[in-house]
Amino acid sequence: MTKLNSKIPQGPVATKWSSYKDHIALVNPSNKRKLDIIVVGTGLAGASAAASLGALGFKVKAFCYQDSPRRAHSIAAQGGINASKNYQNDGDSVYRLFYDTIKGGDYRAREGNVYRLAEVSGSIIDQSVALGVPFAREYGGLLDNRSFGGAQVSRTFYARGQTGQQLLLGAYSAMSRQVSLGNVESYTRHEMLDVVIIDGRARGIIARNLVTGEIERHSAHAVVLATGGYGNVFFLSTNAMGSNATAIWKAYKKGAFFGNPCFTQIHPTCIPVHGDFQSKLTLMSESLRNDGRIWVPKRKEDVEALRHNKMKPKDIAEENRDYYLERRYPAFGNLVPRDVASRAAKERCDAGFGVGETGLAVYLDFADSIKRLGRNVIEERYGNLFQMYQKIVDENPYENPMMIYPAVHYTMGGLWVDYDLMSTVKGLFVAGEANFSDHGANRLGASALMQGLADGYFVLPYTIQNYLADQINVPRFKTDLPEFIESEKQVKASLQQLFDVKGTKTVDHFHRQLGKIMWEYVGMARNKEGLQKAITMIREVRAEFWKDVKITGEFNEVNPELEKAGRVADFLELGELMAIDALNREESCGGHFREEYQTPEGEALRNDDDYMYVAAWEYNGDSKEPILNKESLEYEAIEVKQRNYK
Amino acid sequence: MDFTLKIWRQKNAKAKGKFATYKINGISDSSSFLEMLDVVNEQQVIKGEDPIVFDHDCREGICGACSLYINGRPHGPDDAVTTCQLHMRKFKDGDTIVIEPWRSKAFPVIRDLMVDRQAFDKIIQAGGFISVNTGGIPDANAILIPKENADSSMDAAACIGCGACVAACKNASAMLFVAAKVSHLALLPQGKAEATRRVQAMVAKMDELGFGNCTNTGACEAECPKEISIDNIARMNREYLGAKIGAQKDKVSGGGF
Repeated sequence: MTKLNSKIPQGPVATKWSSYKDHIALVNPSNKRKLDIIVVGTGLAGASAAASLGALGFKVKAFCYQDSPRRAHSIAAQGGINASKNYQNDGDSVYRLFYDTIKGGDYRAREGNVYRLAEVSGSIIDQSVALGVPFAREYGGLLDNRSFGGAQVSRTFYARGQTGQQLLLGAYSAMSRQVSLGNVESYTRHEMLDVVIIDGRARGIIARNLVTGEIERHSAHAVVLATGGYGNVFFLSTNAMGSNATAIWKAYKKGAFFGNPCFTQIHPTCIPVHGDFQSKLTLMSESLRNDGRIWVPKRKEDVEALRHNKMKPKDIAEENRDYYLERRYPAFGNLVPRDVASRAAKERCDAGFGVGETGLAVYLDFADSIKRLGRNVIEERYGNLFQMYQKIVDENPYENPMMIYPAVHYTMGGLWVDYDLMSTVKGLFVAGEANFSDHGANRLGASALMQGLADGYFVLPYTIQNYLADQINVPRFKTDLPEFIESEKQVKASLQQLFDVKGTKTVDHFHRQLGKIMWEYVGMARNKEGLQKAITMIREVRAEFWKDVKITGEFNEVNPELEKAGRVADFLELGELMAIDALNREESCGGHFREEYQTPEGEALRNDDDYMYVAAWEYNGDSKEPILNKESLEYEAIEVKQRNYK
Repeated sequence: MDFTLKIWRQKNAKAKGKFATYKINGISDSSSFLEMLDVVNEQQVIKGEDPIVFDHDCREGICGACSLYINGRPHGPDDAVTTCQLHMRKFKDGDTIVIEPWRSKAFPVIRDLMVDRQAFDKIIQAGGFISVNTGGIPDANAILIPKENADSSMDAAACIGCGACVAACKNASAMLFVAAKVSHLALLPQGKAEATRRVQAMVAKMDELGFGNCTNTGACEAECPKEISIDNIARMNREYLGAKIGAQKDKVSGGGF
């Protein structure tokens, strides 16, 4: 029944990628010049793909909605990037990185892809150093490493707390060089609004020029979507304000299946919400959990006293503190994986022990570490993070514990792709966070940067070439073909429809409403009744949006309200699909926690017999339920186990 | 908190701009500056008036998109932060706040507070890179880099390309931006090979795009949200001078044949 062919090469997992590379079809240099590739998004995956494909000689057009490719949200990643270099001689290997990633993802990722990811991870570090990424070094001049969650080795490379920034600037500089060489054309302040399909293959996009408002047609032999994740469905997240799902959602509606949409990562250590006008959430790096202890008061009267400023956290006696992670998970303590830590914080706050004005916060306390190591050491390790916290919250974290709460951070789900990173639409490739492929139901820290760059630098240059090899005689596409005209007509009509509503409420009003529903019912803990309720509520908000949204300004000018409206219209549909997927998956795994499926101790309970598959949803028209396609996951190199962090 | 805002409004690049005044009440002191503007914009939309256009994205001080000139200072009255990290508690209740776009010939206004900073991309395209293709790279630990050099390089590489240095400079010079990139790459052995060509190409492009000259006032360093040091400009001048002398030598020896 399945229409899915993951095209995993035959043979042992360790030789799949090299054997694939040995046998693909290639395109000679003079023919590469005749082939066009569109890359949408210029984060780690998009910029590295544009740079690498341009260097091979393809003609690349790179699009981003920001005013410069350098501003894509990969720039905000703090902690680091994993690679199995084993520079520390601590027993790391390609297999171990592969194993940790599959296990961290709670056995819901594809073995072949993840092994390849681990295999190319070392080359990413080589490439980045060659491009001038100033990674942290030891006094001897060698590269330094740190540890991250979910691993027993030190394999994380970092550039202070700005690893994403430095890696992106590396990829951006490589792409800029290809611009100067004439191989890449950079289109900034452009937003993709549709993919154009000709004879069953992706052959171009429709984009809106965000300065002039003009709708433009761009053709190519292949299209790459590297447009990031969809965490902003929740309104409040650590994503950038502009991060959106429009590109992948339009592709979904044109036939690309959507893989595991309900797999969302909620990061445990973010600065709590301060009020109704808050626009986004700020992450505090996972590395803080190395030296910080997480706790809430044991007694409700202390909670009350704290809330009314009648006492300070340091006035609470040791025996009246509940270090709940250390209590529940003595082996891993404060360093349990992200999904586990987030759920535990929610559990305490729901039980009425949360601190702060809203009761939706827990303490992350460095007092013990400061006593043990001295303030200097803590300052050296986390100085910039402490300063950032102080700027935002106006409290000194050296004297009072930080307050933190979980927030939406990353989406493991995304467009379904095969081993070639090609979606179910021929010639439409999807890279980085925008695809579903490598992280299963939960992503490990420092692995997103690795995946984005692996896809762009080292995977797509091979797989796209393989796809294009039989198309060297296909001439460049004209943009006056009927498919382009029709697609442009639809895009214009739907934008006009938004203007025509002429309602009374702002776009943000509806986005906030959607966010509240998603957080409440499709967030950290989900159940059947809540998910059903969410689906009904999302449909109501969506109907209301199309009856009462108000957009000011004109079509043909800079118009951020119009941009937001288009994105929120798509979130209002995607949110429903996330709830449908979460309802379908009657098990708990990784970031997806169904309250009905837990162990007596309250841990996630997987159901491998019935749900060891990728749920790939197929669009079936606006008024019909989407169709579920299943790709069953087979584990040959790894033995499937229950995760245990006790 | 209540504020009076005087905000630069300009319909498009060609239109004549002017200041407009807005009253805003009931802002939380823990709101960020941009969240305060979000509230103003919600009110504008409900009234059926055009919201104020400004660039912003990550809202955590790293993407470099936000760019307001607030009460005569790029990124406002706090030190070492971008506008998105500026909080209303830095103002007094009842304050009048003047908000303008970056003003520089090389950064033309697109609309209201949004400016065109493509000139920075063009400078990078002129030479702000190391010329290597993907693949065929030696092991990352094959070349040792002293920690001090890596750290100094990182100090310069922290630039977010926001353009505050240009906005702060009375000559609208882009020297700090260019110098940060030149230093970042010149301090690494990987970037050394083409350092001479790089500095010349980037400086030539900077001049061509209409940025002004540096007269060492230090305003750029004072307003840089990432505290990029003006020492980088001295380093760039050395690199540039060295490149010029080297180039002349090449010419002389070339002429000898």
